[in-house]
Amino acid sequence: MDLFEHQAKELFAEYGIPVPRGIVAHTAEEARAAAEQLTGRVVVKAQVKTGGRGKAGGVKVADDAADAYAKATQILGMDIKGHTVHKVLIEEASQIAEEYYFSFLLDRANRTFLAICSASGGMDIEEVAHTTPEKVAKVPISPLTGVDRAKAREIAVAGGLPQQALDGAAELIEKLWAVFVDEDASLVEVNPMILSADGQVKALDGKVTLDDNANFRQPEHLAYVDKAAEDPLEARAKEKHLNYVKLDGNVGIIGNGAGLVMSTLDVVAYAGEAFPGQPKPANFLDIGGGASAEVMANGLEIILSDPSVKSVFVNVFGGITACDAVANGIVAAFKLLESRGEEVTHPLVVRLDGNNAALGRQILADAALPRVELVDTMDEAAKRAAELAAVGA
Amino acid sequence: MAIWLTENSKIIVQGMTGAEGTKHTRRMLASGAKVVGGVNARKAGITHEGLPVFGTVKEAIEQTGADVSVVFVPPAATKAAVREAIDAEIPLCVVITEGVPVHDTTEFWAYAVSKGNKTRIIGPNCPGIASPGASNAGIIPADITTKGRIGLVSKSGTLTYQLMYELRDIGFSTCVGIGGDPVIGTTHIDALQAFQDDPDTDAIVMIGEIGGDAEERAAAYIEEHVTKPVVAYVAGFTAPEGKTMGHAGAIVSGSAGTAQAKKEALEKVGVRVGRTPSETARLMREIMSAR
Repeated sequence: MDLFEHQAKELFAEYGIPVPRGIVAHTAEEARAAAEQLTGRVVVKAQVKTGGRGKAGGVKVADDAADAYAKATQILGMDIKGHTVHKVLIEEASQIAEEYYFSFLLDRANRTFLAICSASGGMDIEEVAHTTPEKVAKVPISPLTGVDRAKAREIAVAGGLPQQALDGAAELIEKLWAVFVDEDASLVEVNPMILSADGQVKALDGKVTLDDNANFRQPEHLAYVDKAAEDPLEARAKEKHLNYVKLDGNVGIIGNGAGLVMSTLDVVAYAGEAFPGQPKPANFLDIGGGASAEVMANGLEIILSDPSVKSVFVNVFGGITACDAVANGIVAAFKLLESRGEEVTHPLVVRLDGNNAALGRQILADAALPRVELVDTMDEAAKRAAELAAVGA
Repeated sequence: MAIWLTENSKIIVQGMTGAEGTKHTRRMLASGAKVVGGVNARKAGITHEGLPVFGTVKEAIEQTGADVSVVFVPPAATKAAVREAIDAEIPLCVVITEGVPVHDTTEFWAYAVSKGNKTRIIGPNCPGIASPGASNAGIIPADITTKGRIGLVSKSGTLTYQLMYELRDIGFSTCVGIGGDPVIGTTHIDALQAFQDDPDTDAIVMIGEIGGDAEERAAAYIEEHVTKPVVAYVAGFTAPEGKTMGHAGAIVSGSAGTAQAKKEALEKVGVRVGRTPSETARLMREIMSAR
């Protein structure tokens, strides 16, 4: 889960990291009040979970409260790479002497942590690393030894930071390491980390990505969930503990296992290319290896309530839970939906393969469920589901 | 022979007394795997599923000669369980648990490296490893395929099963599910290397998915070191940027980690990449029937 800049900075402040004073505003009026409270020049910053907002016009300096009102009016509601700006951070303007780059991140390829530090901050670090790699220090960090003050200083020196910034930077880096570890983050980025005119090293921006797998020991992270930005179907699916991602097509997808479901989306998209309107997958939904009746019913309910869905493809491989059990689950799911007053209004293409596939298919054939078609292979079933979506059945 | 897991492998289960541990211990035994005991510090001394439960991995190894551990403990206890397995220097530790914080995995990986990599770690968030007809460590349904000469390495469980099933008449030497987390122990490259060296493997199926650059690195490795035919499948062409698709590691970040880039990297080094799992199976069938 990514945090908004203001959340990242509030977290930094809890760890004693110097950040500019700032107030979050959801309306231009709130922006004016915030600027009045902060006094003097302020920066109005769009709060979106994507990069490049400066270039998109999402960060503007305002001379006074009236100007902050005007700038907030421009920025609120703006679309930045598909993210609508619902709030701005009003922050005291900083006197910047120099701008640096710093981050801790997970290095998947080397299976370790990495500190990245550069005296060339403020701009796109990937561009800097590409054109002048010697200006970007990448220092592997062992999770066994971590980062103390001496290590932090070593990183700042490697990044080419000037003498007058080293003490402040080392202190800030050591504290950022505490954020990274104690909060179970996979990314903590500060760009720019600045040296202010009065010689202080501060975090002028903040980007934090938290590991959702650590939520069991980070209960306070639940407060960061952005309910406003959540797709309503995704929110409902989450309440039912379903692994669901909304997509923009019209073939509803249910499968077991993340890899198989990802593959199902691809196979449906390929098959859809041959049909008018080019039907595409409407969602990702992994009901897990077990594929129980209740989970199947919950999944069908979510998918059938998506108005863009025209057909549904249920793609299950029966392994440990053999196909006869899965078929019984589908039959039970239909009964469960019926008892909840839900009608299956779209055609369902079911592909069962794996252990006891023949028996599973027989169970479904005998049940004669309304609007259910059995197709033997994944590729043919994807074709059929796409075809049914194309004719809008 | 097979890679890493053979008919002589003696398996212990960390977390054997839990619901999942119990269920899969039964299944492993039913498939003919030599499960010799379990580990649970609080239940040491009892017998479970007809097998002795030991207090520590070390003790289990001393008493049974176990050389493989399968970990079914909950995410919060996984780091400690794997560190214990590393301390006991068990040669193979298969971590089935899903939902392990990435800081914990990165830490136990660093710990394994610091101890000289005496323990091969597979997973976490993986289905395990199966050498059909010989042994089975994890949750792979052993009965969907047969013994043969194809090696398989995959990030995904059910896609592994799909390929194992479609090619069941030809059969497999070993199938390794390496897991879908951002940080894992055994990689595609480790498995490719082992299959290349295994006299009983003729060809290799490699299954990848979006996220990271493991497939690109595997492609570079294949070009340099693998002479056996490799066919591949990559899942996630239609996955939107920035969304985690089920597996914690399956996420396209910006332009990095896309299925297209992985497919291109593999094709560039001569690996045939199937458009669907079934087409991938057909490609492998062509290779095996031409032998």
